[in-house]
Amino acid sequence: MQYLPNESMVDAMLEEMGLTSIDALYADVPESVRIDGLKLPPGMPEQEVAAEVEGLLSDNVTTQDFLSFLGGGMYDHYVPATVPALAGRAEFYTSYTPYQPETSQGMLQAMFEYQSLVCAITGMDVSNISMYDGATALAEAALMAVRVTRKEKVVVPVAMDPEKRSVLGNYLYGAGIEVVDVDYHPDTGQLNRDLLVRAVDEDTAAVYIENPNYFGCLEETLVDIKDDLGKTLLMVGTNPVALGILRPPADFGADIVVGDGQPLGNPLNYGGPTLGFFATRRSYTRQMPGRIIGLTKDADGNRAFHMALQTREQHIRRSKATSNICTNENLNALAFAIHLATVGKGGLVRMAQASANRAHSLARAIDAIEGFKAPLFGSSFFNEFVVGTDHEVGELTAAMLMEDIFLGVPLTRDFPDLGEAFMLATTERHTGADLDDLAVALKAFHDGASNWFAGGDL
Amino acid sequence: MEYHAARHNVPLLSEANEEQDCCHIVEEPDFDWDLFPSSMRRMEGPPIPSISEPSVARHYTQLSQMNFGVDVGMYPLGSCTMKYNPKVSESLAAHAGIVRLHPREPEAATQGILRILYELQLMLAEIGGVPEVSLQPAAGAHGEFLGMRLVRAYFDDIGEDRNQVLLPDTSHGTNPASAVMSGYEVLEVPSKEGTVDLDALEKAVSDRTAAFMLTNPNTLGLFEHDVLEIARILHDKGALLYYDGANLNAIMGRVRPGDMNYDIVHFNLHKTFATPHGGGGPGSGPVGVTEELAKYLPVPMVAREESVYYLDYDRPDSIGKVRSFVGSTGVLLRAYTYIRLMGGDGLRRAAELSVLNSNYLAHRLKDHYPMPYGSLRKHEFVLSGSSMKDKGLRTLDVAKRLIDHGFHPPTIYFPLLVEEALMIEPTETESRRDLDAFADAMIKIAEEAEANPQLLRDAPMKAPVGRVDEVYGARNPVYCWQDMEKGG
Repeated sequence: MQYLPNESMVDAMLEEMGLTSIDALYADVPESVRIDGLKLPPGMPEQEVAAEVEGLLSDNVTTQDFLSFLGGGMYDHYVPATVPALAGRAEFYTSYTPYQPETSQGMLQAMFEYQSLVCAITGMDVSNISMYDGATALAEAALMAVRVTRKEKVVVPVAMDPEKRSVLGNYLYGAGIEVVDVDYHPDTGQLNRDLLVRAVDEDTAAVYIENPNYFGCLEETLVDIKDDLGKTLLMVGTNPVALGILRPPADFGADIVVGDGQPLGNPLNYGGPTLGFFATRRSYTRQMPGRIIGLTKDADGNRAFHMALQTREQHIRRSKATSNICTNENLNALAFAIHLATVGKGGLVRMAQASANRAHSLARAIDAIEGFKAPLFGSSFFNEFVVGTDHEVGELTAAMLMEDIFLGVPLTRDFPDLGEAFMLATTERHTGADLDDLAVALKAFHDGASNWFAGGDL
Repeated sequence: MEYHAARHNVPLLSEANEEQDCCHIVEEPDFDWDLFPSSMRRMEGPPIPSISEPSVARHYTQLSQMNFGVDVGMYPLGSCTMKYNPKVSESLAAHAGIVRLHPREPEAATQGILRILYELQLMLAEIGGVPEVSLQPAAGAHGEFLGMRLVRAYFDDIGEDRNQVLLPDTSHGTNPASAVMSGYEVLEVPSKEGTVDLDALEKAVSDRTAAFMLTNPNTLGLFEHDVLEIARILHDKGALLYYDGANLNAIMGRVRPGDMNYDIVHFNLHKTFATPHGGGGPGSGPVGVTEELAKYLPVPMVAREESVYYLDYDRPDSIGKVRSFVGSTGVLLRAYTYIRLMGGDGLRRAAELSVLNSNYLAHRLKDHYPMPYGSLRKHEFVLSGSSMKDKGLRTLDVAKRLIDHGFHPPTIYFPLLVEEALMIEPTETESRRDLDAFADAMIKIAEEAEANPQLLRDAPMKAPVGRVDEVYGARNPVYCWQDMEKGG
């Protein structure tokens, strides 16, 4: 077995220890539960495994094969070639948590820079080096808000990913924290500010607002919401690419900023791994979950980096830690940082502008087709928008598949109030021709459906 | 030739700004700013540096050279299972068939990955000796959190109000943290001769006990030989037994947690199943459970009907979700690849050789460092640096000196049961030559401690930086380059 270098030395090593068999090393395992082996297929040569797995992966239809307008929290942005080439260096990816700073300076500096980049785009004071994903980052933010305020209620929008809402619920369940859901305005898709303000009371630890929200709409209420919150903390969820052209959450008085970092440097990977970014005010640093990298110096006075404030963490503080998180999404955070380092300020602005522009062009083109309303809501949006339709979304999605198109995220099941509706997302990858292709296919579907209808027994 | 790590003076990105135009992303000449309300838009991009690609490439390449990984040398970090990560897993994980696969695609378009995930569920179930496995958790601690959430779902369902989780004093720090996050009060059960003290456990268990979290083999590298009796004590009181899978590498294919009557089991794919640790992550922490608890597992499970694979959301008793989408698919694919490479027999052999390597190394070192709690270990063992105290030296000094000898130090000061602990897990992928070199280095350091203790105090001298001043950092907190610009 090529992964076991000592296979040919087993007997010699046993002999040196005065043992005669491997079994002697397992003498303390109760006999009644010992097994002879696992009922799994036998091992195979690398060549055969590679061929088989490649075969299975080739069965998948990707966003490279089909024209895709899928989003809903994960966006198919272009990843610069520097990201896999540099994050793929084995010195990075075969290391672990930098418990020994002297021999982990490379990753420590890269993570210090990651924290700085997160602060630069969000406007916040401090960042950790990642949570598992955007959903768990929100859940940890809510737990932190409860620690900071010693209050036991959080207020969240209905217009959020139902799966994220489920994650939040599970994280808050054990601690007995109440979650209040505030509806959106049916005309704008934006948070209903009156309902939000009414939901906040003296027991409320924090309010969560997403910008852009799940429907892609900008939450203009964010601009001065802080005035109505008193001592309740403001948690803002956002898309890091949008921050290329949108004001940072810190401008609106955010206390905690979270989101999924996937759009930068991290490909779709069928949902993961991604990373959750997490930033806050300096005064709350000690209440933060996760790892924080700090600047210090070595014995000779040289610049050096280390894991700071470890006394918040489970490996030191155990049951009194700010979170149970240990393994995080370090390599994904590295990819995020390399992406930003590569494209720079101008590149992030271009990504944001192109993603937004294409979405707006697409909305105009679809709105011109009979049987569709795009955007469904009358508010500003970033790179994703809701389309209302006279057609059954399931049928429409299936018909678009026949045209080699992944239509978008259907909303009818999760948000029945919207009627037949779906969301479309664009990135800088989409060309004008891609947008035309979708518009043509939707028009053909509508015309085909009407013709069929017209040709019926009426 | 002696080991010496690369030392570069790498400026921070913020110090390397070259005011470059971006050449990676298409330009958007006709952008209409009026698409956005003036109250929300930012006409000037955020303050991030713009650097040429050659400078970026050199920046990260130099940083990587100042970082120690398994591919650089032996990394015997106890309880972390720093084994070699097969390269084929990396090349397969870069395939467009996963990289460009959106989690919201219809199932008809994702049959290949769903089959891989379905088979991985079954393979982990076989390895764990449990009927059903969820692939959703993102890490071991996340698996623990899910496990505790399932414990709560179970007792809610049967109408029992239990508020305590027990764990031994050898447990990983994540265990108590996960239990507390799930709203439980934590009670520590003392050990006797390194394993769970049955009398103490018997006294601690009551009708308020929800679960006992038990790593096996434990963090001393000792097999919890009374595990069947432990399970009986818990089950007699209606409580559940939780398996922390951090140390599964020692026993896979020899004994299964489910057969030892554990109710909930988590797996650390980045440890046992050779997926890279990524400098701290991503990991993956699938959770397996008994038949009785399976209905509470998160949605979706990957299911099959006839020859068609699908995501099963139709599980009315499910707790819902603990992260977005199916799981860390990129990591799951690597673990699947590893299991296919090794096969059932290969996994068992990996466990055996991890235990062989650990015992061999312990055998070579036991006369040079105190090794409390007996000699038969599994995949890891714990030495003590306490014998150097009279020279004014600590385990920390031994660890730093190991860096100069070309090794990553072991886990130190854990488990808490051993004074000045050095927790060493070599894994099965270290050759005898490397084990011997590590043993020689440890013995040399013990000699240096006698002859020239200052060498240890000054260590490391051959690392990218000298001994890091943790106190200075704590007194002068700087967490981003913006702090430095403020003169922080």
